[in-house]
Amino acid sequence: MPDLSSNTGGIRSPNPFWLASAPPANSGGQVQRAFDAGWGGAVWKTLGRPIQNVSSRFGAHSVAGARAIGFNNIELITDRSLEINFREIYDTKKKYPKHAVIVSLMVETRDEWRDIIKRSVDTGADGLELNFGCPHGMCERGMGSAVGQEPKVNQEITSWAVEYSSIPVLVKLTPNVSDIVPHGLAAKRGGAHGVSLINTIKSIISVDIDRFVPEPRVGGLSTNGGYCGQAVKPIAMHMLAALARDERFRLPISGIGGISNWRDAVEFILLGSSSVQVCTEVMLRGFRVVEDMIEGLEEYMRTHGFSTLESMVGRAVPSYSEWGNLDLNYETIAKIDPALCIGCNKCMIACEDGAHQCIHPNPTGARMPVVDESECVGCNLCQIVCPVEGCISMVGVDNGFAPSSWNQFVEESRVLRPKKGAH
Amino acid sequence: MVSTPLDPDRAESVFADFKGEYTREQATLEASRCLYCSDPPCVKACPTHIDIPQFIRKIATGNVKGSARTIFDANILGMSCARVCPVETLCVGDCVYNLMHVPPIQIGKLQRYATDRAYAEQWRFFEAGADTGKTVALLGAGPASLACAHELRRRGHGCTVYEKRPVVGGLNSTGVAPYKMKADRAADEVDWVLGIGGVEVVTGVEVGEQVSFQELEARHDAVFLGMGLGPDTRLRVPGEDLPGVHGAVDFIEEMKLTKMSLAGVRHAVVVGGGNTALDAVREARGLGVTDVVMLYRGDEAAMSGYHHEWAAARVEGVRAEWRAVAVGFEAGADGRVAGVLCQRLDEKRQPIAGDTFTLPAELVLVAIGQSKLGALVQSLAGIEVHHGRVVADERGATGRKGYFAGGDCRNGGKEVVNAAAEGKAAAQAIHAYLTGGL
Ligand SMILES: Cc1cc2nc3c(=O)[nH]c(=O)nc-3n(C[C@H](O)[C@H](O)[C@H](O)COP(=O)(O)OP(=O)(O)OC[C@H]3O[C@@H](n4cnc5c(N)ncnc54)[C@H](O)[C@@H]3O)c2cc1C
Ligand SMILES: Cc1cc2nc3c(=O)[nH]c(=O)nc-3n(C[C@H](O)[C@H](O)[C@H](O)COP(=O)(O)O)c2cc1C
Ligand code: SF4
Ligand code: SF4
Ligand code: SF4
Repeated sequence: MPDLSSNTGGIRSPNPFWLASAPPANSGGQVQRAFDAGWGGAVWKTLGRPIQNVSSRFGAHSVAGARAIGFNNIELITDRSLEINFREIYDTKKKYPKHAVIVSLMVETRDEWRDIIKRSVDTGADGLELNFGCPHGMCERGMGSAVGQEPKVNQEITSWAVEYSSIPVLVKLTPNVSDIVPHGLAAKRGGAHGVSLINTIKSIISVDIDRFVPEPRVGGLSTNGGYCGQAVKPIAMHMLAALARDERFRLPISGIGGISNWRDAVEFILLGSSSVQVCTEVMLRGFRVVEDMIEGLEEYMRTHGFSTLESMVGRAVPSYSEWGNLDLNYETIAKIDPALCIGCNKCMIACEDGAHQCIHPNPTGARMPVVDESECVGCNLCQIVCPVEGCISMVGVDNGFAPSSWNQFVEESRVLRPKKGAH
Repeated sequence: MVSTPLDPDRAESVFADFKGEYTREQATLEASRCLYCSDPPCVKACPTHIDIPQFIRKIATGNVKGSARTIFDANILGMSCARVCPVETLCVGDCVYNLMHVPPIQIGKLQRYATDRAYAEQWRFFEAGADTGKTVALLGAGPASLACAHELRRRGHGCTVYEKRPVVGGLNSTGVAPYKMKADRAADEVDWVLGIGGVEVVTGVEVGEQVSFQELEARHDAVFLGMGLGPDTRLRVPGEDLPGVHGAVDFIEEMKLTKMSLAGVRHAVVVGGGNTALDAVREARGLGVTDVVMLYRGDEAAMSGYHHEWAAARVEGVRAEWRAVAVGFEAGADGRVAGVLCQRLDEKRQPIAGDTFTLPAELVLVAIGQSKLGALVQSLAGIEVHHGRVVADERGATGRKGYFAGGDCRNGGKEVVNAAAEGKAAAQAIHAYLTGGL
C-alpha cells in the first residue's frame, strides 16, 4: 500500500489533496465535510479586514458539450467576521488533528500582520498561506497580486510573517507576472517555508454580446476577474516546473491551478508539487471528487512502484529542459493503423490546411488516407485530431544521425539531418 | 396558403412523433459530438448532398439560422426529409462513428432541430430570380415537383403545378407514416417552399384528363413529369372486392386525411414485405387493432422493407407469417371480410400442397406495390418508358425535347429525398434548356 502522506514545508497531511483557499473552504462546516469526504487538508478562505462582495461574481468559459472548462470570479477575501472564522478553525483543528488546516491571510500593515498571525497561530492551525495573488479588487487596495508582483514587497512582508509565526509559512504566488522565478526567490529570501502556486489569472471571461457588457455583469458594468479551472492547468504547470527546476529555489511547492482529477494531480506531483490544491473542480462537482483522486493516485503509485509520495515529487523535473538541448536529429513519423482508421479524413485536412501537406487520399480509392513518410515532419497534429485512440502512432525512425541539439550544433559543429517538409 | 385546410380530427392525429424533437441543450450536445469530418461518407450518402458537418457545426455554435440555410440550400425539402428520411440507411448509416462502434450522429434529428427553428421563426433564405418570361408545367404537387419548382423560381422561370388531387404535397401529405410526419406538417412545407412566389398551383386537374399534353406544350416552354406512382397493385384473388379489403396506400391516404373508425376491427392482415407494408402494420397497431399480422411470401431476410422498421414493428407487437401468400378472402355474416386464406410456400416460393391456413381479419391491407404511371406519357413521341418508369438521363432529361422527369415516376419509387434531389437536378437541366445551354 503506497504511503500518500504529504509534507509541504513542515505542513503534514494524510494525503496531498487540499482544498484551495476559496469558497469550498469558507467555513468550518464545509471544511469538516470535506475532511469526512477524504480531503487531506484545507487552506481556509483568505482572512483579512472584512469586505463586502458584489452579488453577481462568477463567470464560465464553456465550449459546446463541456461546461465551465474555465472559470472566473470577481469575489474578494472572506466576508465573514474574523471571530467566527477563528472559532471555526479552532473547532475544526480540534476535531481533525491529523488533517492540515492552513490559514490564508491578506492584510496591509505590519501591525495588522502581527495581530492576525498571532490569532491564526492560536487556533492550532498547521500553517499559514500568505495570499499575494488575488488579481482583482484587493490589488487595487495595494494587497494581493499588488504584493506578489513586487519581489521587494513580497520579501519584506514574508519576513514579517516568518518573524511572527511559530508555524510554517507558505507564500501563494500570482501568475500575473512575466517570469515566476524572481517572485519565488523573493519569498525564499523572506524566509518562507514553501510556496503555493498559482492563484488566478487576470481575465475577462466573456462578453454579453446583446448587452455589450463583459461578464460577470454587475448591473451595467463588469471588471476583470481571476481565471481558473481546467483551462489554466498548462499555465500553472509551467510556473510550477520553472520554480521546481531552478537550482536557487529548492523549496517545497503546493501546486494549484486546474487540477480536476487524479491524473492532473499526478502531473503536478511529478513536476514538483508536494501537495495539490483544488478549488474550481470542487465548486463545480462537490467534495466527493476526492475519492477518485485518492484511488487514482494510489493505483498510479502502485503500478509505477512509488512507495512514498516523496519519492514521486519532481520525478519529471529533470526532463524539463531548454529548447536548445532538444535533439534535432530525433525523428518521428505518423503511422496510421488501417484496422482502426474510420476514414473521417480529419488527419488529412489538418495536415493539408494546417501542417505540411503530407497526408493524401489512398491511391487505391480506399477510405483511409496515407501518410507520405518522406515528407511527414512528425509534428503530431494528425494524431491530435484523430478521433480514434491509438489509430495514429508517432513512430521513431532511425535516420542514422547521431543526436545533436541546437546547442551542440552551434558549440560542437555536430551534424544535423536534412530538413523535412520545408519545400 | 396553397394547401387546403385539413380536418383536425383526421385518423392520423392519434399518432405521436416517433423521433422526438431536441431541446437546445440536446441539440448542442449531439452537434458537438460530430467530428466535422472532411469529405465525409454521410454527405455522400445523402442524395441531396447536404453539407452535414457544416450544418451540424453551426448548431453547435448557436448559428441555427446559418445551419438551416446550409440545409435548405442543398435541399429545400429539408424539413420533411429530417422527419421521413430512412436515415439509418442513408446519412446516419454511413456516419464514421459506426465504424468505432459508437452511436452515430443523429443527423436527422439535428436537421429537424434547425429546420423547425427556421419554420417557427419564419426565416426565409431564397428569392426568385429576375423574370425570364419562360414558364414550366409541372405534373403533380409532390416532392419532386416542389423541389423542381423552387429551383426554377430561383432562376426566374415561371411555374405552374398541375395536381389531380385536392391536396398538395404528394405522398408527403397522403402517404408517409403519421408517426414520422402528419399531413399538416407537409402542408406547412408546401407553403414554405412556395413562399418564394411565382408558382401557380392548380389542384383538381389531372393531366391527360382535364388538360392534355398538347395544351401544356402550347402554354409552357418545358414540362416536368413528377407524377409519382399510380394506385396500389391488386392481388387478383377471389374476394378482393369485399368491404374491408383495401389497397394499403389508398387506406393510408384515407387515414391521413379523413376521420375513420376501426371499431370492430380486432384482427388486421397486411399483405406484403416492403416499406409500405411495414408502415401499414404499425399504423394498424397505432389505430388500436390488437392483432396485426404481416403476411409475406419470402422469409425475414428477403423482405425489401427496412430491417430497423421491422424491428420497431415487432416491438409494437406486430407478428409475421413468413413464406405465405393470400389466395382468397372470406366474408363474414355481415358481408365484410372476415378472414384471409393463406397458402404456405417453400424456399423456392412454390406452394406446398395441402399447407393452407386461414387468418382472421376484419381489415386487410394489400401492400404489394404501386402501379407505374409511365403509360400516361408513353404515347408522346420520343419519351421512352421502361417497366413503367419514365426514362431520363442523369440530369432528368427525357428523350422528348423540353420534357424532364424526376421522383418516383422516374426512379420507380424511392424516397422523398431522392425526389427532392432529382427535382432540383432537373430544374438545373431545364434552366440550361430554356437558356439555350442544352
Ligand atoms: C405509404 C408510403 C410511405 C412512404 N414513406 C416514406 C418515408 O417514410 N420516407 C420517405 O422518404 N419516403 C417515403 N415514401 C416514398 C415517398 O413518399 C416518395 O418517394 C415521394 O413522395 C415521391 O415524390 P414524387 O413527387 O415523385 O411523387 P408523389 O409524392 O407521389 O407525388 C406525385 C403527385 O402527382 C399527382 N399526380 C399523379 N398523376 C397526375 C396527373 N396525371 N396529373 C396531375 N397530378 C398527378 C399525385 O396526385 C401526387 O400528388 C413513402 C411512400 C409510400 C407510398
Ligand atoms: C470564487 C473564487 C474565490 C477565490 N478566493 C480566493 C481567496 O480568497 N484566496 C486565495 O488565495 N485564492 C482564492 N482563489 C483562488 C484559488 O484558491 C485557486 O488558487 C485558483 O482558483 C486555481 O485553482 P483551481 O483551478 O483549482 O480553481 C479563489 C478562486 C475562486 C474561483
Ligand atoms: S484522423 Fe484517424 S481515423 Fe480519421 S482518417 Fe485519419 S487516421 Fe483515419
Ligand atoms: S436529407 Fe435525409 S439523408 Fe440527407 S442528411 Fe438530411 S436526413 Fe440525412
Ligand atoms: S460522418 Fe458522422 S461525425 Fe463525420 S461529419 Fe458526418 S455526421 Fe459528423
